[in-house]
Amino acid sequence: MNRIYLDHNATTPVDPAVLEAMLPYLREAYGNASSVHEPGRVAREAVDRAREQVAHLIGAEPREIVFTSGGTEADNQAVRGVLELARTPDNRPGHVITSAIEHPAVLNTCQYVAKQGAAVTYLPVDATGRVKLEELAPALTPETVLVSVMLANNEVGTIQPVGEIAPLAHAKGVTVHTDAVQGLGRIPVNVGDLGVDLLTISGHKIYGPKGIGALYVRRGTRIAPLLYGGHHEKRRRAGTENVPAIVGFGRACEIAGERLAEVAAREARLRDRLQEGILARVPHTQVNGHLTERLPNTVNVGFAFVEGESLLMNLDLEGIAVSTGSACSSGDLKPSHVLLAMGLDHATAHGTLRFSLGRANTEFEIDATIDAVARVVERVRAMSPMYSDFKKRQRAGAASPA
Amino acid sequence: MQPYSERVMDHIRNPRNIGEIEQADGVGEVGNPVCGDMMRLFIKVEENRIVDAKFQTFGCGAAIAVSSMLTELVIGKTIEEALRISNRAVAEALDGLPAIKMHCSALGEDALRAAIRDHLSKKGFQPCVCGGLECPHRYECEERSHARVHAREAEAAREAAQAAAREAD
Repeated sequence: MNRIYLDHNATTPVDPAVLEAMLPYLREAYGNASSVHEPGRVAREAVDRAREQVAHLIGAEPREIVFTSGGTEADNQAVRGVLELARTPDNRPGHVITSAIEHPAVLNTCQYVAKQGAAVTYLPVDATGRVKLEELAPALTPETVLVSVMLANNEVGTIQPVGEIAPLAHAKGVTVHTDAVQGLGRIPVNVGDLGVDLLTISGHKIYGPKGIGALYVRRGTRIAPLLYGGHHEKRRRAGTENVPAIVGFGRACEIAGERLAEVAAREARLRDRLQEGILARVPHTQVNGHLTERLPNTVNVGFAFVEGESLLMNLDLEGIAVSTGSACSSGDLKPSHVLLAMGLDHATAHGTLRFSLGRANTEFEIDATIDAVARVVERVRAMSPMYSDFKKRQRAGAASPA
Repeated sequence: MQPYSERVMDHIRNPRNIGEIEQADGVGEVGNPVCGDMMRLFIKVEENRIVDAKFQTFGCGAAIAVSSMLTELVIGKTIEEALRISNRAVAEALDGLPAIKMHCSALGEDALRAAIRDHLSKKGFQPCVCGGLECPHRYECEERSHARVHAREAEAAREAAQAAAREAD
């Protein structure tokens, strides 16, 4: 079966050119980048080159890049590392402002620091999933030490006004972090334009390997490490450098920069084709998220009367990989916190699918997906009690005199 | 999450007995869309035997597989036999469910019990004061409702205890 992969916000395949770049460092160039001998110097040079490639993509200086094990670690360090050094005059943890729609890597870290005594404010979003900027200024207090708002949401693709948030926070002397994991490689990401102090990125969302990411730390930003040990990464992140992954990440950043405009335009065209096709073919559907301020590769669709996971499983049986905002995975069956924050009711939030496109998707695949979605939604609705009731109401309405 | 078993996938791919039964002898509806799953089970009963069952379910893959398997398990069973079908039995018939999906099998058991309760109440049986559909007296006729049967039993037990106490004196 020819699989159609439309879950690039979860992860992407490794670009063959990235793999090629990595292979020597898994084979003969196995040196430790901290060693002073020749094999060590070869590894060090590779890491330095990758650091330049990563820095170049986001408009940073190489020395402002701290390699981490991925986006989650970088988010943890941003929140916990800033809070550790910025305590209130009476030695309590400072106040953090984040948004209600963050990735769990930020959200659950904020919940952790809250348990440690930090005050945390969650900025609300509007119906399109955009943070309400007007709520930021009143939330800033003399004890606020960090504002962390993601660049683009992973579930609905809505792009956040980070560039407007940063000056407001800086005016109060507050450090600004953004999780740019979903934005990188899809929209321009420039730390100068955004004005942020800390920025999280990850390798496997941009056709690089898993297990590698980075935290951009603007020069002069006070941040503590999470890990103690050797003097790696300017003492900001101990542990022998993951040289093959760093090299792959660097190459992936280089390719992402070269192809950004072309890929974004192509993905947006295919995404719009998918969105229009589904809306035209499947009744009782809605698009969740901002229609223009949105990642070019992402569309989140709500299907009334049905639950997302059963749609996902049925599409999987048809060879199509997508994801859902419904997590029927625990006793309380809470749907996506993002969709709820946008004001969707529970039943609607349970019936959503996220399609996230990538470089290799074709028009043929998109058309096949539209057909499959129409088929699957009809099949799953045929067993829905709510759809059955809706149809009966419709018939009763049509039968009764106006 | 653990992956679904082949059998679960089979029931997701090809669910059995979808739909509703017109003039069903019992309908059980449990859960609600707000919680993410809802199941409606229809049963047709002839001479105390479930001769047909159909379902409508809003829910995840596991909820659909449980509904589908449940209808297969109950068709042909007497009411007594059907009442002995536990959520665990449904899960086992599906070669297991991921741990986080076990609550979906409870939905099936609840729907089945609700459908049987509906059937029994349509036939004029009162729910038993002992609370259980498993109560051996649930088929006592309307005039001799469970409450009275239990009261009589309790009276007999009291008398027996008193008799035993007298003998001990």
